[in-house]
Amino acid sequence: MVAKSLGEENNTAGVHPLKFTLWLIIISIIMMFAAFTSAYLVRRAEGNWLEFDLPNILLINTVIIALSSVTMQMAHNAAASDNISRMRLLLYLTFGLGITFLIGQWNGWSELVSNNVFFGGETSNPSGSFMYVLTGVHAFHIITGLLYLAFVITASIRYKVHSKSMLRIQLCTIYWHFLGGLWLYLYIFLRLNH
Amino acid sequence: MSSTDISINKDVHHAHEEHDHHHDQNFFEKYIFSQDHKVIAKQFLFAGIFWGFVGGFLSVIFRLQLGWPEATFTFLEPILGGWIVNGKLDPEFYLALVTMHGTIMVFFVLTAGLSGTFSNFLIPLQIGARDMASGFMNMLSFWIFFMASVVMFISLFLSTGPAGGGWTVYPPLSALPQAISGSGTGMTLWLVSMALFIVSQLLGGVNYITTVINLRTKGMSMTKLPLTIWAFFLTAILGLLSFPVLFSAALLLIFDRSFGTSFYLSDIYIAGEALSNTGGSAILFQHLFWFLGHPEVYIVILPTFGIVSEVIATNSRKPIFGYRAMIGSLLGISLLSFVVWAHHMFVTGMNPFLGSVFMFLTLIIAVPSAVKVFNWLATLWRGNIRFTAAMMFAIAFVSLFISGGLTGIILGNSSLDIMLHDTYFVIAHFHLVMGAAAFFGMFCGIYHWFPKMFGRMMDEKLGYVHFWFTFLSAYLVFMPMHYLGIAGFPRRYYSWTGFNAFNMFADMNSFISIAAILGFTAQIIFLFNFVYSIFKGRRATANPWHSNTLEWTTPVNPGHGNWPGEIPTVYRWPYDYSKPGAVEDYIPQHVPFSQTQSSNLPHERDLE
Repeated sequence: MVAKSLGEENNTAGVHPLKFTLWLIIISIIMMFAAFTSAYLVRRAEGNWLEFDLPNILLINTVIIALSSVTMQMAHNAAASDNISRMRLLLYLTFGLGITFLIGQWNGWSELVSNNVFFGGETSNPSGSFMYVLTGVHAFHIITGLLYLAFVITASIRYKVHSKSMLRIQLCTIYWHFLGGLWLYLYIFLRLNH
Repeated sequence: MSSTDISINKDVHHAHEEHDHHHDQNFFEKYIFSQDHKVIAKQFLFAGIFWGFVGGFLSVIFRLQLGWPEATFTFLEPILGGWIVNGKLDPEFYLALVTMHGTIMVFFVLTAGLSGTFSNFLIPLQIGARDMASGFMNMLSFWIFFMASVVMFISLFLSTGPAGGGWTVYPPLSALPQAISGSGTGMTLWLVSMALFIVSQLLGGVNYITTVINLRTKGMSMTKLPLTIWAFFLTAILGLLSFPVLFSAALLLIFDRSFGTSFYLSDIYIAGEALSNTGGSAILFQHLFWFLGHPEVYIVILPTFGIVSEVIATNSRKPIFGYRAMIGSLLGISLLSFVVWAHHMFVTGMNPFLGSVFMFLTLIIAVPSAVKVFNWLATLWRGNIRFTAAMMFAIAFVSLFISGGLTGIILGNSSLDIMLHDTYFVIAHFHLVMGAAAFFGMFCGIYHWFPKMFGRMMDEKLGYVHFWFTFLSAYLVFMPMHYLGIAGFPRRYYSWTGFNAFNMFADMNSFISIAAILGFTAQIIFLFNFVYSIFKGRRATANPWHSNTLEWTTPVNPGHGNWPGEIPTVYRWPYDYSKPGAVEDYIPQHVPFSQTQSSNLPHERDLE
């Protein structure tokens, strides 16, 4: 609906307005995580900081989300070459990998809890709370990405995604790559600052 | 023809192709859930005016308390009910009043009301676009703001009172419900409302930026944009970069309040008992908050820079002095606004070296600000000035901005700020430079663009009366506050009569309160003029101010899609006023050079 209501007339930037909008939204998400991670660094430098081991599953999750980025890109390419059935398969695969990532994160949180690293409560320390906030807010964005992915899948079932109508899947691919990149940043950040 | 040009409702038109393409929208589509930027702008304007009166009324109540601390206010009982105890204002309610006054004025009036109105209204009209990049997101922006408004408004009527920890909601005060009653449900609603507000601002801001970048009409290069658009554009960028940080800060505060985390809390004793929270840092919140908070004051003032530049040039009948310097100073201010936040925190015990870095950066802001003031004065200089109501407000804006800006140089010095911190000197400074000044800019914009918004003129005589009362009371309220502040009079104190040092200021406080009530009452003149003129005002012509920008090339009441025919092409900058050799004293942006051969400058001959 939104995508269609946009006119192509006198576009001065050469980029579709919605794609431009998506980039701006991505910038605002980056600013949010910039705030969290810089708060993390500032707080950590002050001492009284509980050190704990990162759950091992986070590495596996990193691989899973990197894989899902690959399948997403392949789906995009399949759509560009009008290979509809292959595109759908790859979209399902991406969706599945996204869900797997979320389940993996959940397991990571369970492992933290079993190691007595809590989000809140009397024994919690900001180092643990930050861990939950960073991964939790990222997971929330993964859910929004999955919702958008589901929207693209529905459109693809109705044969609305093909080489002449690429906007939906293009936006989805950009957003999904961004979420993958964001996770990579968070993972490396947590590894380095531990 | 027009249905193909009107991009924003293309699919609606396609769905009803069998009908006349000027099909009537129903009431809801047209006025409530409208996707037309002009309607959304008016919605923001009405909401902003409503909130302006609420915020102003709250200030009148606490000015009563400050002006006549010994008086009994039983006559307020019908309005305030339980907040008047034995004729006295409840002290915690006083704190809630100042908190809500700040929140409402800064966010709901001068951010949403100002940017929401003028960015929405002017961006598509002045750059030559049919509508915003996404009308749907624009509508969403208003309705999410409306939800934020409802939540904030409900919090005013809680039995425990609205948020009371100051508009900056510093923890631990704001994080602990047991600290004051205002940190209970009122604070929760404050956070919910602000979270919604941020989402609304991001949706709006993303739209403004995209529209300015993507949808400019043919010939409208970035250096032919009116300064209003530059100002709105940079405001939106500031919001996009700073509001998510406030969101992060608020999210962590929510977790501290409701989920038992300790991001901002550590080693706190309440009534002799230690709380379990350890390891948090209250200063961390201040850093995060002011990383938004400082750009926020520029989000408030930048749009009015643009509005005032436009109105001063139009009504001086002169090109704006230093167009590129104006853009450069806007850019400079925007950039600097992100690296000065800690000047709000000189007394937090920060490293003095760090303090001097922030002091240095803060003082640099004086340079682009002075460039702007100089350019406005130079534009006025020997101009053929028409004193319309809008122009009066624009000139007064420059005056207030100078008066308030000068004290900024004093407060920017860390050594002086440590003395003046949390006194009325600070109140006087920021109310002049960003409070009153931004309000004057907003009034200026309303008087100037009212004919395009409603097709009628506002009454000039009432406008002058409104102007003089507002202008005088602004100075009468805030100038004496400088003296109070230098004497050390602290802000946020409910009762100061117990201190011998401040007792001597009783008369001055009464004086300020009388001026404040006068100023508030004068706004009723404005409200009357505004409402009356919408229905009964003198009918406007399409270009009543003989202005150059594109919005004045639309019909008196621009419809859906703004221009009935093709969008005009732009050939020149927007400030060709009183050009030597021209037939009239203005040449609109869409007039090609081939039609103005008598006035073309040597380098413009090639463009004929």
